[in-house]
Parts: sequence; C-alpha cells; structure tokens
Amino acid sequence: MPRLVIAGLEACYGSLKVLDGIDLDVASGDVIGLIGPSGSGKSTILRSLVGLTPPTAGSVEIDGDNVDYKDAASVARLRDRLAIVFQQYNLFQNMSVLQNVMIAPTKIKKRPSAEVEEEARALLAKVGLGDKLDRYPDELSGGQQQRVAIARALALRPEILLLDEVTAALDPELVSEVLDTIRVLAREGMTMLIVSHEMGFIREVSREVVFMDAGRIVERGPPSRIFDAPTEPRTRDFVSKILRH
Amino acid sequence: MLDYTFQYGQIWPHLPRLLGGAVLSLELALLSFFGGLMLGTVGASILTFGGSAARKAVSAYVTFFTNTPQLVQIYFLYFALPDMGIILSSFTAVLLGMTLNAGAYLTEIQRAGFESRRQSEMEAAEVLGFSRGQQIRYVILPHVARVLFPPLSNQFILMTLGTSMAAVFGVEELTGQALNINSTTFRSLEIFSVTALIYIAITLMASALLAVAGSVLFRARMRIL
Amino acid sequence: MWERLVEEAPSFFSYYNVIFLLKAALATVALSAIGCLLGVLFGTLLALLRLTSAAVVAPFRWLGILYTEIFRRIPFLVTLMLVFFAVQLSGNDLPMFGVAAVSVTLIASAFLAEIVRAGFESVHRNQWDAAAAMNFGMLDTVRYVILPQAWRIILPPAFGFFVLFIKDTALASQIGVIELTFAGKVLNNKGFSAVLVFGTILVAYFSVSWPLSRLGKHLEFRLASSRHRRS
Repeated sequence: MPRLVIAGLEACYGSLKVLDGIDLDVASGDVIGLIGPSGSGKSTILRSLVGLTPPTAGSVEIDGDNVDYKDAASVARLRDRLAIVFQQYNLFQNMSVLQNVMIAPTKIKKRPSAEVEEEARALLAKVGLGDKLDRYPDELSGGQQQRVAIARALALRPEILLLDEVTAALDPELVSEVLDTIRVLAREGMTMLIVSHEMGFIREVSREVVFMDAGRIVERGPPSRIFDAPTEPRTRDFVSKILRH
Repeated sequence: MLDYTFQYGQIWPHLPRLLGGAVLSLELALLSFFGGLMLGTVGASILTFGGSAARKAVSAYVTFFTNTPQLVQIYFLYFALPDMGIILSSFTAVLLGMTLNAGAYLTEIQRAGFESRRQSEMEAAEVLGFSRGQQIRYVILPHVARVLFPPLSNQFILMTLGTSMAAVFGVEELTGQALNINSTTFRSLEIFSVTALIYIAITLMASALLAVAGSVLFRARMRIL
Repeated sequence: MWERLVEEAPSFFSYYNVIFLLKAALATVALSAIGCLLGVLFGTLLALLRLTSAAVVAPFRWLGILYTEIFRRIPFLVTLMLVFFAVQLSGNDLPMFGVAAVSVTLIASAFLAEIVRAGFESVHRNQWDAAAAMNFGMLDTVRYVILPQAWRIILPPAFGFFVLFIKDTALASQIGVIELTFAGKVLNNKGFSAVLVFGTILVAYFSVSWPLSRLGKHLEFRLASSRHRRS
C-alpha cells in the first residue's frame, strides 16, 4: 500500500519546465534512488514535494490525502510528515548543533523541551556527534554539518525522508561518514527518497532506482537491472559514462 | 481634519512658479554636487596619496562637516562671516555651505572607492607590461568609476532633497516657492503635497537617468526603486 | 572681532544659557532617538509586510512599498510642513516637539524599512528554505532564524541613520521646536555675536554627533569581523 502517490507532477522555473509529468509511488519502508544527469529535475522533485518549488500541475497524495499546494494549511500538514535534507546542509547559522535539532520540535511542534532534548541528544549520538552539541555550524566540517542536518530532519519524526544530493558539497574524504549514517537509516526501515550522484551507494541501498532525464522519468527498476541491464539507450549511455569514472 | 476640503483648484495657477522653483532646486543640486565632487576628488587623493599633515587637515575637514548640520553651517556663513568682514548673499552662502558639505561626504565616498582598487588587478596589469599611466588609464579608473557611480548617484539624490533647506534663507527654490505661495493662498496641505509630489517626480527621474547612464557607461548595476 | 568674543564670552556662557543649551541638545538627541526607535519598529513591520505573499495582504504590501518609496524622496522640511499644517488644520494641539517627532518617524520608517529589508536579504536563501520545509511560518522564521542573523547587518546602517538624523533635525527649528539650532537663533536674537553663537552651536552638534559616529564605526567593525558567529 503506497504512502505517497505522485501523479503527473509538473514544475517550472520561470518559463522553463523542469518537471514534465512525474509519476511515482512510495510505499512504507521504500528506499528509492533518483539518478540522472545534472538538470534532469531530480532535485526539483524533492523541492516540489515539500512545496519549496510549488508544482504547477499534477497531484500529490499522502495516505489518501490530496495536497493542495495553494493552501498553506494543506502544505503544513504535508510538511509535518516529510523532512528534507539539503545539499548545502542549510543549518541555522545562529544556533548551536543541539539548538538546530531542537528548534522545530519545541517551537513549531510545541513538544516539551526536556523530552525533545533527550531525543535530540540520542539522535546526535547516533550520527556520531554526541560530543559536538554546543558547537556552531561554522565550527564543523561539511560532513559533520550534514550529519547534524540529518539528525535535525529525524527529530521531526518524519514518515518519509528526502535526501537532496547530501554528499555533493562534501570533500571526498567526508562522503563516507554521511553515507554510513544513511545506510543505518535504510537498515532500520526508514522510508527515503534519495537523489545522489554516488552510484555505488544508490545501487547498494535502493530498493528501486529511477533514472530521469529532461524532467521525465526514463526508466525505473531494481538497481541490478538499471545498472547492469538498462533497456533505454539514454539510461545505458548515462550508466556507462558514470561507471567509467 | 475630517471636514477639511482639499481645493487644489486654487493652487494650479501657481504651478509654473513651483516648477520654476524645481528648476532652481536642480541647479543648486548640480552646482553643489559638481563643486563638491571636485573638492572630494582633491580630498580623497590627499587622503590616499598625500603627506601626513595634509591628510590630517583633510580628515579634520571631513570629520567636522559630516558631524555638524548643513543648516547651521550655512547660518554660520551667512550670519557670522559678516562679523569677520565677509558678506555673502543668501544664495552664495547656501551654495557655498552646500558645496563644502558635499565636498566632505564626497571625499569619504571617493576615498572608499580608491581603496577598492584590487591588488590582483594591478598585479595582473603590471605582469602584462602596462606602464603606470596605462594602469591608471585602463585598469584603475574604469574600476573606480564603476564602484563609485552608485554611491555618488545616491548622494546626488540625497543632496537634491537637501536643497530644500535653502528656503530657510529665502532662496526661491521649490520649497521656498511653496512657502511663498502658502503665505498668499493659505492652502497649505495642497501646496506642500504638490511640492512633495514634484520632489518625488524629479528624484525619480534623476534616479532613472542615473541608473541608465550607470549601466551604459560603467556596467554599474543600480536599483531605481 | 576677537576682543568682542572675549568680552561677550562670560555673559554668553552664563549659567542660564548653558542650561538652556544643554536642554536644547537633549531635545535634539531625543527627537532623533524617538523618531528612529519608532522608525525601527515601523520599518521592521514594513519590511515584514514586504515578505508576505498571501493575496489578502497584497494591497497592504503595495501600500507599504509605495510608502517606503515616497517618503525617501520627500525633503525633511517638506514633510515637517505637511505634518505641521495637517496638525494645525485638524485642530489638534500636539506640541511642536510632537510634530517634529512624527515627521522624523515618517521618514525614518521609510529609510529603516529599506535597511531592515537589506538585512533580511543578506541572510542566505537556504535558511528560509530550511525553515519553510520544517513548517516555520513567516513570523517564526524571522524571529528564530532571520533576525538573529540579520541584526548585525542591520544595526550599523540603522545607527548611522540615527546619527545622520541628529543633524537633519536642525530643520525642526523652523517650526519652533526648542532644539540646538533654535537655541542658537534665540541667543543670536538676544544680540550675542553670531560667530560666538553659531560657533558654539556647531561645536555642540559636533560633540553629540562625533562620539556617536565613532561608536557606529566601532560597532560596524566589531560586527563585521564576527559576521557568522553566534549572538
């Protein structure tokens, strides 16, 4: 039974159509990898889903609830169930690590601070940053900041986690610490939509891989088929180029 | 306030006088701006390249004029200089005061512009074998002009608004004419609202012209609004 | 001339005149301070209004933008006259200090709205994105995320505007507010030499404005050098 049903989704930047009819179902426990060349629209799917780049056509349903992106209350209900982690981490620069993780649960979801703090400490320990609670984002490495961002997203207790090229801005030696964190989440059964250029990682954690080009889904299937035996020429072209690196 | 009826009809016949005043306002602004620009270029050059005594004198000038009101500076020129045997007409006192004031602000602005010369650009020019004169001609001046154009334009707009204080000394620029017309018609709100609109119109036009000139001449990016 | 100055100085700097000048200086600073404090408040509201996107508030948003654009293009003296005559015609007996304070507030709100807006815009777009994705409303985003980062960008120019306006309030003398410039005119009319009177008034403005300018420069330097640090 799918939790999230995306049908005919379209989105534009100005007059440029960046998503051109996306259909995608996400079931509980799914890990879906979105791959494709730069500008293919894979990041825009995530931004559109959470309403940062509101869709111009199509529908999004979550647990049978249709989302109206023109209605702030409807978008708020959706955002209550999703969390997104950004390429540039987007940590709040004015807050310590612990404050970054606690702010939304306490101030927006109005949960009791003591309970949230306990959970936040546990989450930060889980991503390996239990000793950095009082540090500020500009005192951390990119990999550490991204792990804080993941902890911050998890503190929202999302039903689905969206990961937008979370390792793309990192120095190569810092990539693995972030990927390890996501591996753990996948093992625990977290539902995730992952946009990434780390093909080996996508192949390893995804249950389904979706290949996109020019705002459309070209091909989808289990990782082994997409990477080893793609049927579409464009997919074959992309995969062969990527694997040569 | 509620039972006040606006009667713009009574002041339309005076519109030509207001517009004539607006022309004088612009003249005052242009004269004091370009006078101030020259003072400022000299001042900024001294601050950047001059000896220590000259630099101290220029910073004293800038500090004094930017920390005292233009109105009181003009009061001093107009009322106090006669005690020292120098008698200025009100227009001359206003123009002199505004120019000296502008010179101080424009020294500050231009000094900051001179300082923004990028060392790397200079080094690149040197490596390419430019002479000192060529460096100034092809690298420094275009860069400084581009950096300076927006703040100078902004200062010009502020100065255009500042010319209204000439009215205090009986100069018949826009605000002065408004006060004159007010004393004969007593339609105060009508006159001063129309006066305000004329100031908005002339500064908007000036901003637009400057923005176009800046983008054409110096590729400077400017906001009109 | 010097003999006259030396001769007049003792009677000019009499106890009563010095108190009179000090009170006038206080009025000058108070006028600018009150206007700018209210200006920060209204300017922030105008900047917030500009951030809204809801269709319901669109007319107010446009009015706000119109307001900021208009009042930055009217000379202080003209605003002063408009407020003065509006108050007079409405039969309100607002004291002249109030008229001047309202005028400063009107103009300060427009200029500070732009300063606050520039401060908001200096905070990276991705901070807004992150807050929006976590369900922060506009006000929560500004309160918890944007203002704590933007205030260091906003404070120096806002303070600079306050110091600038100390000088512009000299024009309030024209409607009879007893501030420094008006005090100078009064003393000049009493027959004291203009050199002595306006020289003293210039020095008085300088002694108020210069330390504040220095403080502003210091503030700018301190805040700029710790740009991304916590508050």
